[in-house]
Amino acid sequence: MAADGFLVESATYLAAAVASVPIAQRLGLGSVLGYLVAGVVVGPSVLGLVNAGEDVMHVAEFGVVMMLFLVGLELQPSRLWQMRGAVFGLGGLQVGLSAVMIAAVAWLAGQAAGPSLAIGLILAMSSTAIVLQALAEKGLLKSPPGEATFSVLLFQDIAVIPILAVIPLLGASGAPVEAHAAPTLMDDMPGWLAALAVILAVVLIGVVGRLVLRPVLDFMATSRMREIFTATALLLVASAALLTQAVGLSPALGAFLAGVVLADSEYRHEIETDLEPFKGLLLGLFFISVGASISLPLVMENPLLLAAIVFGVVAIKAAVLYPVARMARLGHTDSALMAIALSQIGEFAFVLLSFAGQNRVLDAGTGSLLTAAVALSMLTTPVLLIVFEKLTHGRTDAPDDREPDTIEERNQVIIAGFGRVGQIVGRILIGRGIKVTVLEHDAEQLEALRRFGFKLYYGDARRHDLLHAAGAEEASVLVVATDEKDTTAAIIEMARRNFPHLKIVARAFDRPHAYDLEALGADAVVRETFAGSVELGVETLQALGVPAFESARIGRIFRRHDLETMALLRTMRGTADRDAYGLAFRERREMLEGVLRRDFQTVHDVEDAGWDSESLREEVRRAT
Amino acid sequence: MHRRVLVLFAHPAIRRSRVNRVLLEAARGVEGVTVHDLYDHYPDFAVDPDREQALLLEHDAIVAQHPLFWYSAPALLKEWQDLVLEHGWAYGRNGHKLDGKLWMQAVTAGGGERAYSPDGLNRWSVEEMLRPFEATANLCRMVWQPPFVLHGAHVVSASDVEAAAEAYRARLSALRDGSPVRAVAG
Repeated sequence: MAADGFLVESATYLAAAVASVPIAQRLGLGSVLGYLVAGVVVGPSVLGLVNAGEDVMHVAEFGVVMMLFLVGLELQPSRLWQMRGAVFGLGGLQVGLSAVMIAAVAWLAGQAAGPSLAIGLILAMSSTAIVLQALAEKGLLKSPPGEATFSVLLFQDIAVIPILAVIPLLGASGAPVEAHAAPTLMDDMPGWLAALAVILAVVLIGVVGRLVLRPVLDFMATSRMREIFTATALLLVASAALLTQAVGLSPALGAFLAGVVLADSEYRHEIETDLEPFKGLLLGLFFISVGASISLPLVMENPLLLAAIVFGVVAIKAAVLYPVARMARLGHTDSALMAIALSQIGEFAFVLLSFAGQNRVLDAGTGSLLTAAVALSMLTTPVLLIVFEKLTHGRTDAPDDREPDTIEERNQVIIAGFGRVGQIVGRILIGRGIKVTVLEHDAEQLEALRRFGFKLYYGDARRHDLLHAAGAEEASVLVVATDEKDTTAAIIEMARRNFPHLKIVARAFDRPHAYDLEALGADAVVRETFAGSVELGVETLQALGVPAFESARIGRIFRRHDLETMALLRTMRGTADRDAYGLAFRERREMLEGVLRRDFQTVHDVEDAGWDSESLREEVRRAT
Repeated sequence: MHRRVLVLFAHPAIRRSRVNRVLLEAARGVEGVTVHDLYDHYPDFAVDPDREQALLLEHDAIVAQHPLFWYSAPALLKEWQDLVLEHGWAYGRNGHKLDGKLWMQAVTAGGGERAYSPDGLNRWSVEEMLRPFEATANLCRMVWQPPFVLHGAHVVSASDVEAAAEAYRARLSALRDGSPVRAVAG
């Protein structure tokens, strides 16, 4: 049965991943190498559990698409525009120089001029999946070398289109037989119309993303069905990918553009966290299928030739990249990192190689040999990065061109939970001109707030990545004003662990909850009903005719007594066992009764004796 | 012309006051007098300068009524001075909002008049103790009025208190109707 087959296949892939990735991670090899090795093991060459069919590869490629969508989400359109120089400058140089040099070697090795150029162009591509995954794992994606590397990858994505157009013309025979890798809408279009279609598709993504998506996401978020929100996000990525594919662009590029369009939406982090697991699994599947596609018999037959091709290409690409990176004013270490990161041959090469094969640009032997080289080259990058890290001890060049954070940005307050309590806190802060970032999972609350200068994030504040995205690294205070006891506790625990510098001010449900939150690391805890209840007591006193100031003072004195009670019980709770605590609580309750009784006398007779002249009167009377 | 009179009343424990409560009632009974109980309005000490300034502008004579605590006023009246009498509003080159208004202190002192004399327990007279307020009125270009002082608040009899209330009413009415008493130097 097909379903059974699917299940067996899925189980095999998952088992391979579960078995190999944690081991690879533990050994410090990174997940990419783990997946690739797992693929080799379960693939036809070793265990033969799966055959890396085109279908699996196709599904898996959606992981790459999602990865670029997520990268796009991190990139504001303005930032992308700033990068245009790097994309076309660095990317153009990398692709051009690498292609020419590899082509020259291929030509010297005996290939004809046309096929040599095709090989050069194909092998100049790098693997978005491997590079981004490896850089993300090392936290280098947003560093200067990370951004330069990404610019090059972006250019390669764009360059695929002209390369697809050029390859058929490079055949030895000069006559293209079958023109396209994938059927597109533009098969029969003249060039100018095709160009127009491409522009239209890009504009469509931009316009739809701006005007239509936000209300749709608003609606989905208010429906509060999490899986529908996730489905919407997935649909979004798929549609953008399909649209660009239809006009002949790479689907990853379309997804990337859709991501950029949504980069300044407040749903971006929610989408990100929703898609992250899908991306991870599909990418894993992609790496496994790459591993499985490595044909060991072929490797065994031509070990030296393959090794020469792989190391030759990697060496050429790295040698080209290093000076290019230096031109981008990166330091020596960062340049070396970028050169290594982009030195492998990318997944586009699989597509392009089969395309070249179909167009009889390359013969079958060369094609399969190069395909194996592509997969093997992907194995080299994680290894080279490990060696690089060992040599540099993980240090990168000090960032020199980044602007220092302004004090204002550092003084931010993050408020988690913007209901009845958080709103009052926010209003007080905003009123003082303090920058406030709000995390709220209720989209309806957000809608009303957007206008008032609050920086808003929609999502679950228990998630470490959301807090990170909200700027927890730069913020100085986190106010946890969420309603649910467990949510509040979870946020504090997570925030304390990940952001030790944050001062945490927390809203507690009651006294025991307050102690719990303090134990979890909250710096200041306020019981949500306490101040309000004291105020009610004060109002009651006033209603009974006690003058306002006296009532307020009784309230303040009570507050102080109660806080002292809190402190006393806290030390008991901390030092004594549970039983003693219970006993202490009873004692304290009796004490509180005493305190209350004394309170009464205090306010009337003792505390405010300075305002009372009874004793003085007595003295004056006696003196006269 | 009738002056509008504002009584700024400051007593943190009015329920335990013997004299001030009666005097306050007396003031409330005088037409054209606004009684403003500071401790009742600002039990949290959060004096609202805008509101207080508006109130001052609506009146021509200001009376600060309070018991003498440590030779001065209860703390909230000091807070009121600190926050309401702003530079550039009440004093300073551009602070002319209070020019020409009358200022009078109405205080109750626990000890008898003899205690506030050079050889008495307190060495200085109540008028001398009130110099900081006089200086304040002076800086704000207000016209300082001789204070209304009730001595021996700790010992006065009920009939004495009644008499004091009558005298206070008379002072307030005079403030409202009469010509201002110019402070004489010396």
